[in-house]
Amino acid sequence: MPKIEIDGKTIQVDSGINILQACELIGIEIPRFCYHEKLSIAGNCRMCLVEMEGSNKPVASCAMPVADGMKIKTKSEFVKKARNGVMEFLLINHPLDCPVCDQGGECDLQDQAMAYGNGISRYFEKKRAVKDKYIGPLIKTHMTRCIHCTRCVRFGEEIGGIEQLGATGRGEDTEITTFLEKSICSELSGNVIDLCPVGALTSKPYSYIARPWELKKIDSIDVMDAVGSNIRVDTKADKIMRILPRINESINEEWISDKTRFAYDGLSSQRIDKPFVKNNGRFNELSYSELFLILKEKFSNVKKSKFFALIGNTVDCETIFSFKHFLMKNGLYNFDCRQDNSFFIPKDRSSYVFNSTISGIDETDLCLLIGCDPKVEAPILNARIRKRFLNYESQYPVGKIGLTSKLNYESIQISNDSSGIEMLLSNEHKFSSYLRKAKKPIFIIGQGALCNKNAEKIFYKARELYDSLNIEENWNGFNILQTFSGRTGALDLEFYSNENVNKNTDFLENIYNGSINLLYLFAADEIDFSKVPSTTFVIYQGHHGDAGANRADLIIPTTCFTEKQGIYINVEGRPQISAQIKSPISNVMHSWDFFLELSKYIGSKLDYKNLSELRELMFSKYPVVKNINKIKKNKLQKTKFVRTFNANEILKSNISNFYMTDVVSKNSKTMAECSKMFLAKS
Amino acid sequence: MLKKKDIIFENLYRKFSPYLSAAKERGDWKNTAKLIKQGSNKIVEIIKESGLRGRGGAGFSTGMKWSFMPKKKSREHYLVINADEGEPGTCKDRDIIRNEPHKLIEGCLLSGYAIQSNTCYIYIRGEFGEEIEILNKAIEEAYKHGLIGLNACGTGWRFDIHLHLGAGAYICGEETALIESIEGKKGQPRLKPPFPANVGLFGCPTTVNNVETIAVIPTILRRGASWFSSLGKPNNTGSKIFCISGHVNRPCNVEEELGVPLKTLIQKYAGDVIGGWDNLLAVIPGGSSVPLLPKEICESISMDFDSLKEAGSGLGTAGVIVMNKQTDIVSAIRRLSEFYKHESCGQCTPCREGTGWLMRMMKKIELGDFIPEDLEMLENVTKQIEGHTICALGDAAAWPIQGLLRHFKNEVLLRSKKHYVA
Repeated sequence: MPKIEIDGKTIQVDSGINILQACELIGIEIPRFCYHEKLSIAGNCRMCLVEMEGSNKPVASCAMPVADGMKIKTKSEFVKKARNGVMEFLLINHPLDCPVCDQGGECDLQDQAMAYGNGISRYFEKKRAVKDKYIGPLIKTHMTRCIHCTRCVRFGEEIGGIEQLGATGRGEDTEITTFLEKSICSELSGNVIDLCPVGALTSKPYSYIARPWELKKIDSIDVMDAVGSNIRVDTKADKIMRILPRINESINEEWISDKTRFAYDGLSSQRIDKPFVKNNGRFNELSYSELFLILKEKFSNVKKSKFFALIGNTVDCETIFSFKHFLMKNGLYNFDCRQDNSFFIPKDRSSYVFNSTISGIDETDLCLLIGCDPKVEAPILNARIRKRFLNYESQYPVGKIGLTSKLNYESIQISNDSSGIEMLLSNEHKFSSYLRKAKKPIFIIGQGALCNKNAEKIFYKARELYDSLNIEENWNGFNILQTFSGRTGALDLEFYSNENVNKNTDFLENIYNGSINLLYLFAADEIDFSKVPSTTFVIYQGHHGDAGANRADLIIPTTCFTEKQGIYINVEGRPQISAQIKSPISNVMHSWDFFLELSKYIGSKLDYKNLSELRELMFSKYPVVKNINKIKKNKLQKTKFVRTFNANEILKSNISNFYMTDVVSKNSKTMAECSKMFLAKS
Repeated sequence: MLKKKDIIFENLYRKFSPYLSAAKERGDWKNTAKLIKQGSNKIVEIIKESGLRGRGGAGFSTGMKWSFMPKKKSREHYLVINADEGEPGTCKDRDIIRNEPHKLIEGCLLSGYAIQSNTCYIYIRGEFGEEIEILNKAIEEAYKHGLIGLNACGTGWRFDIHLHLGAGAYICGEETALIESIEGKKGQPRLKPPFPANVGLFGCPTTVNNVETIAVIPTILRRGASWFSSLGKPNNTGSKIFCISGHVNRPCNVEEELGVPLKTLIQKYAGDVIGGWDNLLAVIPGGSSVPLLPKEICESISMDFDSLKEAGSGLGTAGVIVMNKQTDIVSAIRRLSEFYKHESCGQCTPCREGTGWLMRMMKKIELGDFIPEDLEMLENVTKQIEGHTICALGDAAAWPIQGLLRHFKNEVLLRSKKHYVA
């Protein structure tokens, strides 16, 4: 461990870090633009210059590794002058249009100019002006402001797999652009907005609507996919202005997907704010007392076997639990959370979570995708795989069984259908040789492999393949990739009827063939409504008027995820609490309050009176939900042997449009624009 | 003065053919195998002893540079020859390639062997059409005669030479930018450390040497370190090709001992300054990147690394640019500023922004549109660039202007058409 002296203070630091990091360790701030912890070192902004004994030039602290006996000065006149000079250069061609720049107030250049720059400019020549580029509906460019730190370019190369971004020209005429002036096509493109230290790349949907100091910032959890990215939601006057990532090294590191970042505008359109009933094909407004009257009548008249309840894909644990509690108190046991009827093993958590954990990907030595397209199903998780691919000492083998979009790392296509699993088992494919060598492999079984008739066979066959490998002890890399934020929670809370699951009943078929009279959908929009017979009375409770509400006979409003606190269990099985960002629209009741009121009205009694009692009850029955932010490691259970496989199912991801996967994103104008832009082309 | 018997580049003026048979007659490829058989350590030792300093501009000891390469070869080692000669006022490498290509090729083999490299890349300036042709042919000849290839000169050493064409960027003459360019990337200098001797071409240990440096290696090995170090001055040993251009009667390339007086160079070889010696205004002694020297200094200065450094300039590539009194010196330096602005790679801030600023100010000064204080600011801006950049292009852009202000401030001030009101 080298010993170095910084500003007269001697410290011992790990070898391999740079001077800038060493300075940060003892709380000395070094100004920087191009340096970023998660990106490679460019050393081009020259803002982090420090004085090093023995060097007559100032050195870039971000690019200089520490060495024993180094003596660094960060506050000397020499350093001050050097930084002052660099600052002056950065500003001569910068437009200084802070008053009309969206970055104003949270701009690195602005802040550092205040701290290290001159008050006045000595530059009286003509300034450079650069044409703005069109790079898609999400990112607004103002390239005259660019200071050429190349963070965005490096993000594209190293994290996002965005090949289009680069710098053209040289010297003063360098421009950051997409080479053919085409838009950036990536699920992670929005992150360059956060990375840009100036106002060159800003958010298009957020342009000119708020100033950072007016915003109320609330930490929360994303529900747009099952990853559970940590986010910060900025609001102004109870309206969501933007969504930014929060650092969580074990989940999303520092990035979020474009859907997470930009779908929020869907939260304010097509909202259900009042109860409605359908009369002669038209929806009429209802009061709550009228609503309760209808519901009482429906619940008391329905035969228990003719009732079915479905819960949606992005519902929080509290709602799932209170709904289940309410149904069971009323003697109704016919319910499920799987609108896609995907395969899982009841009470076996290892059969529906991402066992290796997301950060576990960093240790793996092989990845096999089965019916899974991580790039559209979980872009953040895909970025981890890509990171592993890039950092792996030799070629990191990625195998694919099933169809995917164009992945941003190299992969070997084993087969398009499920027969690939057998090929690997019998060593008929060259990928088997990688598999046999793997010590810490991950299998990622996507919903694309588990939502079909052969799902059980595919699942167990994949297990057979996994078990046949030479795997390190205590390593569980048999992963299921859930695609919806509420699914793991619903399975953990056992929102399914054991009878249906055990008998492997196709409950969707029952709904479609008319054997259900009363169908209660809680935010469930993904079934095929054209097949639901007109004789079925459909109750739809939800927050968005989408497919479900369109078919419903009775509509009940509820709060959406930004209007309530809720526990979501992510793909790894990690419970996280999302925050209430704003008050509910039109004083809509929270689901658990609604069920409480309703049960009072129809004469059943629930075992909770408020949210905290509800949580206590839930935790006592399902302790797995209780460990917020923690993961319980799962052991794989015993497996079944599949004698005759011959399952030649073409495997395809269950998500065809990354930008529109739930009612919020389906109602987002930004996401609609993205779908139009990016999906038409490919 | 360099005696005729000590001349290394006998064919500098193309009295003979550049190709193999003629080159062999001049002594190239003679006993190369024997030279190799003395071992790589010995070769490095001889070059160290000879005191050879790099001929590309920085003047770093070549033997020392070679000794930075890892002693144990765990990865591929690369030798890269910098033939991207683009420094304004310099044309020596071009003539070496054109007239003495076999000196270079033999030098590549010997130097490659010294640093335990089996592969050599010659990065040649793309504009050198004829030179590329000649060099290509010479390499082919060498392969054909078994001088290089699988069994170079019968020593069992495998040695391959690849010719890589540059695309016209001045910055690709900087060693790490050159490496990037060979790798197929944008030619932008890398951060140092790590130095190329550790992490160079394709991530492997690499030595980058100038054409002239490599071309003199065979002769040094043949004639001995003491012969070479007897030429020139202490610490500035050997002979060197000087390129004399500008306002002289006979612009030329000439090989001379280091330490030759500048006045001798100009008067003896270049046929004196146009209009006579007294008509001399200033000389840029080492290619456009170094500060100029006024006539008083030119009277007595001797052309070697240390003397020129002491005089506040540098030997650089020894591209002597002579300017007589009919020269508009401000305009000349303004032109250089324009060149550096155009050739800045744009990677790091001081150079990217500063070179444009310098150029614009120089344009104004050329027109007389400035107040005296502007000159102070100009100098200050050059200081702000110098030493703050990733590579030396920032310094190169700053120095000519610093030279101008150091020696010709009064002349510049006289151009001011603006009257300063206190």
